[in-house]
Amino acid sequence: MAYSEKVIDHYENPRNVGAMDKDDSGVGTGMVGAPACGDVMRLQIRVNGQGIIEDAKFKTYGCGSAIASSSLVTEWVKGKTLDEAMTIKNSQIAEELELPPVKIHCSVLAEDAIKAAVEDYRKKQGDAPVAVQPEMAGAQAVH
Amino acid sequence: MNQPKIIELNSMQPLLINPDRPIYLDYQATTPVDPLVLEQMLPFLTHDFGNAASRSHPYGWTAEKAVEKARQQVADAIHADPREIVWTSGATEATNLALKGAAHFYSGKGRHLITLRTEHKATLDTCRQLEREGFEVTYLEVQEDGLVDLQAFAAAIRPDTIMASVLYVNNEIGVVQPIEAIGKILRAHKVLFHVDAVQALGKIPVDVEAVQADMMSLSGHKIYGPKGIGALYVRRKPRVRVEAQVHGGGHERGMRSGTLPTHQIVGMGAAAELAVQSMESDARRIRQLRDRLLKGIQERVEETYINGNMEHRVPHNLNISFAFVEGESLIMALKEIAVSSGSACTSASLEPSYVLRALGKSDELAHSSIRFGIGRYTTEEEIDATIELIAAKVDKLRELSPLWEMHQEGIDLNSIQWAAH
Repeated sequence: MAYSEKVIDHYENPRNVGAMDKDDSGVGTGMVGAPACGDVMRLQIRVNGQGIIEDAKFKTYGCGSAIASSSLVTEWVKGKTLDEAMTIKNSQIAEELELPPVKIHCSVLAEDAIKAAVEDYRKKQGDAPVAVQPEMAGAQAVH
Repeated sequence: MNQPKIIELNSMQPLLINPDRPIYLDYQATTPVDPLVLEQMLPFLTHDFGNAASRSHPYGWTAEKAVEKARQQVADAIHADPREIVWTSGATEATNLALKGAAHFYSGKGRHLITLRTEHKATLDTCRQLEREGFEVTYLEVQEDGLVDLQAFAAAIRPDTIMASVLYVNNEIGVVQPIEAIGKILRAHKVLFHVDAVQALGKIPVDVEAVQADMMSLSGHKIYGPKGIGALYVRRKPRVRVEAQVHGGGHERGMRSGTLPTHQIVGMGAAAELAVQSMESDARRIRQLRDRLLKGIQERVEETYINGNMEHRVPHNLNISFAFVEGESLIMALKEIAVSSGSACTSASLEPSYVLRALGKSDELAHSSIRFGIGRYTTEEEIDATIELIAAKVDKLRELSPLWEMHQEGIDLNSIQWAAH
């Protein structure tokens, strides 16, 4: 597989590898994919009181482009609001990493991981309304 | 033949083991041409360029003599008669000729064939074609260790079964099928037996009489000979008939037309002779290297799984799954080693290895598999470097793997509802 330099860079120097406490109310966790399909991505985001993603971590089981796609989105979501993060499209990821057509599903998975992480965070806020900030209530309404 | 040397052959050895290139551990994919083989091939590209079919002048006679010497060398390597050897462009063509050629010739007797799920694609795809033509094919399951169950094999034989085709040594997992026992069963039922011995020649003794093969496919480039040349053994006593698949000129007793590539044939003949000569010493050395590799990996890396039977197996192959890492990313990490993987991501079809799946391995373990092919030029230093690299890179990828983290926490991955995509 001939990968772009960007994929190889993310693969060899993955950004933001790690884990956050998934039970922390400020953390949203999205795990997508399946071992049988050859890729599982776990993306975690820490959201601050202003509804901004202030940190992101990932772990990925999968091919080089799956690892690169998830590494890239941890960089992209940081500093974004949840709504902004939700607008990241797989096509942008594929374009940035110059993924070959057969690897487009890796970028789809990365987009799904963002959505799953944001949804998990929002669900947690819904379950614990006390912790919801006024701004977040707005976000909930949009959701 | 006192030809001036075109290149200095000794200077080739360093090219085979070059520190600037990845360590080559993919000898089941292909092998380099042995310098001793190349030396014999070269004159037939230049000075002795005649067409073996030219009967009227010495150019042709020289080529024909070389072709017949090579035919004898290949025949000797498998204990056959030289008149039973048909040159082809490679083993894929040999297998096509055997299966289609015999199926077409004997279609009046029956239209059923038997083969295994773990066969090479040359066999499986040819069988699919025969099915489109109206033949019926039984694809037998293998056991968890990759070997076929003899009772199941015998039970698959029907009154209309005309032929069975079995891979002697599997190219992915190196297991050796009980070919002699299968040959006995088939002969008793008067069913033709085609053996794909591409990965067996030069690794284990191959004897068409002992295994009662009626046809046998062979390849040049897996035995340190050139690519683009193969051979089909076709038994004379009792006589086996195959219908030609390539027409024009009536070469090879009408079974395979086309001008014979003298240099390729000379190369395959020389390689076959050398393969048999060096089989024992090669195998002894390679076994030591294989054991060293296996021990090294098992000592340094946990959660590894060997694919295929270890006893009925050529020492030249080791196929291991590294749980919780994906094969393609592992191959990417192992760019200093040239190996292949059963991972879907390394295949055009995006399906994990059908061979490993036929062994009942989970998709996940099939995705995580690496095939190490050890060969004539592999060194102990290369094996040691490989062990170091594997240990370091598997560790690195497991640090990245959410599955490994869950496994460490004692979570059963099978208990999780994964969303298939």
